[in-house]
Amino acid sequence: MSQTVLSFLLMDGPFEQARTTTAFRMIEAALDKGYDVNVFAYEGGVSLAFAHQKPHANSVHGRTFEEENHPLTKDWIAALFEKAKAKGCQLDWVNCGLCVDERGVNEAVEGCRRGAPKDFWEWTKVSNGTLVIGTK
Amino acid sequence: MKALQVIQSAYRCTIEEQDDPVIWFVQVLNSVGGDVDIVLRGNAVNYAVTGQVVEDLSFGDWQQTHPAKVDQDLQQALDKGIKVYAIAEDIKKRGIPDGKLLGGIEKLSAHELPSLFEKYEQVWHW
Repeated sequence: MSQTVLSFLLMDGPFEQARTTTAFRMIEAALDKGYDVNVFAYEGGVSLAFAHQKPHANSVHGRTFEEENHPLTKDWIAALFEKAKAKGCQLDWVNCGLCVDERGVNEAVEGCRRGAPKDFWEWTKVSNGTLVIGTK
Repeated sequence: MKALQVIQSAYRCTIEEQDDPVIWFVQVLNSVGGDVDIVLRGNAVNYAVTGQVVEDLSFGDWQQTHPAKVDQDLQQALDKGIKVYAIAEDIKKRGIPDGKLLGGIEKLSAHELPSLFEKYEQVWHW
């Protein structure tokens, strides 16, 4: 298969804004097309994959833990890895190591790895497209 | 202690949180005896529009089951006796007809805000 590669940089942490959701939608759309996708999580974005995120019940909504089914970005990432596997394309997710250390979010969901801005730079040189979604 | 909650930042993280965290927070304060009311201004006036539809989100096999229903959350706050004001000028700018607003929403002009503030010991701006 001729391979299109897209690279994304995500800078926002979870549960603060809608930019991340939009990025996830684009990543999934790219995987749907069979593209390889690279994601570099920078600054607060490294918390997106934090393995210890936990859902909760919501008494204001009147829903139990199970009913609330609270979204967690780590689950979204895991789902995207599964989709990439099913589609036969590659999803490479790198968390900025220094940003991880600053925040103490070392444990990431399976598939994610630690790296540095150089990883992103190398990706951008060979990607068909690069999208940086910075914090505003 | 009466505290007025002015909400301006809107639809910021409603997808992931499945609600607006400020409306949620206000309801929690209300449930523990807090005397709190809401002013919607700027883009947040759209929270008062009835019949908002948010489609379920999905990524791969992950499927959301309870997307945010901010208008219903606001109605729930109204039902609990929380007053909800909305700035008339901001509603007009966005072309929202009165018939689309939740019942119980009190429109007021931005010029009336200082007088409203006088009725509260604290004003929190979100």
